[in-house]
Amino acid sequence: MTQPAIYIIDGSRSPFLKAQGRPGPFQASDLAVVSAQPLLMRQPFAPDALDEVIVGSVSPGVDEANIARVIALRLGCGHRMPAWTVQRNCASGMQAIDSACTSLLLGKSELVLAGGTEAMSHTPVLYNHHMVNWLGELGRARSPWQKVRALARLRPGFFVPVIGLKKGLNDPVVGLSMGQTAENLVHRFRIPRTRMDHYAVQSHQRLLHAQENGYLDEVVTIYDHQGTYYDHDNGARPDSSVEKLAKLAPVFDRKFGNVTAGNSAQITDGAAWVILASESAVEQHDLSPAGRIVATAWAALDPAQMGLGPVHATASLLASQDLEPADIDYWEINEAFAGQVLACTAACQSEEYCRNELGMDHALGEIPHECLNVDGGAISIGHPVGASGTRIVHHLLKVLQRNQARLGVATLCIGGGQGGAVLVENLQ
Amino acid sequence: MALQYTHWTLDQDDQDLAWLTLDVADSRTNILSLSVLDEFRQILERFEEHTPAGIAIVSGKSRGFIAGADIKEFTEITRVQQALEKIYLGHSIMDQLDHLFCPTVAVINGFCLGGGLELALCCDYRVALDDPGVRFSFPEIKLGIHPGYGGTVRALRHLNPLTAMDLMLTGRSIDARRANKIGLVDHVVPERQLRSAARRLLLNRPPVHRVPRMAKLLNSRPARLVLASQIRRRVSRKALLEHYPAPHAMIRHWAEHYGDEEKMLQYEASSVAELSVTKTAKNLVRTFMLSKKLKGLASREPAPVRHVHVIGAGVMGADIAAWCVHRGLTVTLQDIRMESLARAKKRAWQYFRRRLKHRLLVRNAMDRFIPDMQGSGLGKADVVIEAVFEDRNIKQDLLASIEPKLRKDALLATNTSSIEIEKLCDALAEPARLVGIHFFNPVTRMPLIEVVNGVQTRREVLQQAIDFSRQIDKLPLPVRSMPGFLVNRILTPYMVEAGLLREAGIPAGEIDLAAVRFGMPMGPLELADTIGLDIGLHVAESLDLAYGFGIPESFRSMVEAGKLGRKSGQGFYKWKRGKKVSPIRKPSPKHSESIQNRLVSRIANEAVACLREEIVPDRDSLDAGIVFGTGFAPFRGGVMQYIDSRGAADLLATLGSLQKQFGDRFRPDPGWHELIAEAG
Repeated sequence: MTQPAIYIIDGSRSPFLKAQGRPGPFQASDLAVVSAQPLLMRQPFAPDALDEVIVGSVSPGVDEANIARVIALRLGCGHRMPAWTVQRNCASGMQAIDSACTSLLLGKSELVLAGGTEAMSHTPVLYNHHMVNWLGELGRARSPWQKVRALARLRPGFFVPVIGLKKGLNDPVVGLSMGQTAENLVHRFRIPRTRMDHYAVQSHQRLLHAQENGYLDEVVTIYDHQGTYYDHDNGARPDSSVEKLAKLAPVFDRKFGNVTAGNSAQITDGAAWVILASESAVEQHDLSPAGRIVATAWAALDPAQMGLGPVHATASLLASQDLEPADIDYWEINEAFAGQVLACTAACQSEEYCRNELGMDHALGEIPHECLNVDGGAISIGHPVGASGTRIVHHLLKVLQRNQARLGVATLCIGGGQGGAVLVENLQ
Repeated sequence: MALQYTHWTLDQDDQDLAWLTLDVADSRTNILSLSVLDEFRQILERFEEHTPAGIAIVSGKSRGFIAGADIKEFTEITRVQQALEKIYLGHSIMDQLDHLFCPTVAVINGFCLGGGLELALCCDYRVALDDPGVRFSFPEIKLGIHPGYGGTVRALRHLNPLTAMDLMLTGRSIDARRANKIGLVDHVVPERQLRSAARRLLLNRPPVHRVPRMAKLLNSRPARLVLASQIRRRVSRKALLEHYPAPHAMIRHWAEHYGDEEKMLQYEASSVAELSVTKTAKNLVRTFMLSKKLKGLASREPAPVRHVHVIGAGVMGADIAAWCVHRGLTVTLQDIRMESLARAKKRAWQYFRRRLKHRLLVRNAMDRFIPDMQGSGLGKADVVIEAVFEDRNIKQDLLASIEPKLRKDALLATNTSSIEIEKLCDALAEPARLVGIHFFNPVTRMPLIEVVNGVQTRREVLQQAIDFSRQIDKLPLPVRSMPGFLVNRILTPYMVEAGLLREAGIPAGEIDLAAVRFGMPMGPLELADTIGLDIGLHVAESLDLAYGFGIPESFRSMVEAGKLGRKSGQGFYKWKRGKKVSPIRKPSPKHSESIQNRLVSRIANEAVACLREEIVPDRDSLDAGIVFGTGFAPFRGGVMQYIDSRGAADLLATLGSLQKQFGDRFRPDPGWHELIAEAG
């Protein structure tokens, strides 16, 4: 039995905007709305013709509960548009696509807007629990004397804030920061610092090359309220070099580590979208599919090794389709860390790893560097955690089309120890 | 148990509360016509006999409480005595309501204007629906009078005098929340609580809102005298006593009579009666009627426009887009330059923040304001408006290139300010679909749209354009497609003349002062600076080709020198951050009369030419255009009204002598003789 096709009709994304140490000009729903407006405007159908809107977002603003619904309403999809938010950490934007696929496969929907959005620069800064306790006590104090006593218990330490972003990037079970899990991989596969830095430099160069050649035409110009426009990812560093990166101090294992800010993904704001459709929606609205989603796969592993998630997910994805890495034309492995991407390619080629961890009798195979993240990745573009999953799936399709290739795999590692992978086929 | 009258319905509930519903028969809005008031008096008399536990006055119309008195009845008044009778009738009814022995509440679910607000003020309490459609105002001042159903007394009884005076002197409208803040209404509640809030007030009878204690000091005699002179000075800047007597009467009323309500009512009645027969009031009412006439051009139930696509994100295009969004539409704004779109978005945001205030309202508006570099909105929009640079070739090319992308039923309009539609439609496959929709600058403030009817324009398209103008709350004036249409054609010779006066060595301030003293909202040279001299010159040049208006040499040399007016910081005046900074010396009004003569003669002469050429169908339309398109002295009721009142023969003679003195630009139009013949 062949399963019904799921078509990728079109997609768009906002420029990915590097966090500048304070809240950026757009909230998560703002980013999603302004990047989806041009996408919807150029479709032959009206926004209310969609069947549902699914959005991945790790930490929407406190005033953006079920951010997908907020976005759907702001996009003019109408009061009757069902919309829901998914959260699978770094793969939230990929989960949105997968959830859309499920709806389409089950015949619950015919036309879905799926995407991800994240305004990491807006992640809240919180009071610590001492302060919260103290405020509660103060609130309960009734008599003036009780109030004075409560006030007297205020300590300077209460003012130390909890940085929401930092908490989010820490594994809640094993207690390691994401960077430390990358250090684990670097150690395990003996990846030298210079190789990581070299990879990072190349990510920047590839992005710049892609920008110069107009390969990123899925990026739409967005406008803030202050008269400024944003038309490209601003994380690229033309002056990046291995020598310069070598000077950076490690940020996670501060004394003896290898993972630096320079060879890690950037903290960034951004949103990305795809429109997915069933066969009947394609006919009904006379759409021309750009590609299709062939299969998706998820896998999980030790949280301390979370960066290898793509290897596990890809192995299961390819096995399900009876494919080998050699059948795949292009790859997107989300660049959470340079060391992590390199570890993934190393693990795929390692017979030992594939035998012990994946139960295979041979190495998975090679992922050629020239077919991997050809237009740069999260190290240069940035990694708005909710949006990256959608970005790599859609951009992969763009890469396949540009190179008149057929199959591609987009995959990413997920904080907490998971991996997700999507097999994409170019139809044009 | 319900008691049914023609306009009113009276329900008594089990708590002995009377719910009195006004639903004026055969009218979309509630107005206080004589028959409505007459019935109201019968009902009030009934209440005096059997007083219920409380009375709530409710509107039976879904959107709107009471829109005020019947203006049509107002226009029929020609003598002071007649006016007085009508006012006394109103006074006695309002007094009756005011002095009932039970508590009363007005339940306000929409606009509450003029007489309607005066009626509401007679109640002990007012509750209002929390909705932007709820507006309170005293618009009387705009008709050349002031409140006359006891409103001056009762507004001052309840409100801070400065707030009350501001409302009555400006005629501005406020929303329910603002009304609550200033104490005009007791509660602002959502629909679901409107009736229970009213009931609670009637049953609990809390103290009635009065002037706050601190504000009472402002009503003391010495404070009144000082404040009155300050207010008078500020009012005079906009409304000279000899042009607009009503605000000055209003100020005097408060300053001299406050404290004795009986005496105030007496004075209010006589003052309004006298004001209502002044020329100013007659002309302002005429202006109001003209606006109603233009509104009446729209179809009954036109297909609503939802999406407008605007091409060109200059100031004009950006403002059109922002205005349409503000009126609830979705707008895609196209431009080839991202910088322009970014600026347009900022401008829109600033405008929405000022007008909508509430964060979510601003955000919702901004979500409907969509920059669209690719022009994706073209194929989806109900209305497409071209607002690119005023150049025939550019516009033609653009129109030709977008036509194939449009929906078949979309309205295609050009915002050209002076080029004829016939010259733009050549390039189209279907020329009959092109119509002009000419907005005026600043779009957010000018009420008029010239709907330009090309010879080739299809009838339905013209009607579509008129309906669209009404939907976005503008006044549509259909005009024939001749260079400059109506408004710019009449304004240009006037501004040219101002330029020539300036070249003759008369200070700019003096020229502008003369125009303002005539009743123009802004002097011609300041206007030129505001529009931008480059844009003004461009229009003047194209109209010079058509009509030979002439172009003052100084216009050209100033544009060449980069003195473009406000935007460049230097024009006829010096400008700093959008504000005029020179001249410091107060201009002298010495030559005002001769300056006015030259300026106004050219306006009048061109108006007569337009009428003769049937740019607009009749004199009313011409006056409507000139008042709403230029702000031409509303108290004069328009140019044609001015010509009438001064005498066409007199103006013709003036033109004759000016022609002798200054040459053929003052040559009287052939239309004058017809005009005089008609009058004779």
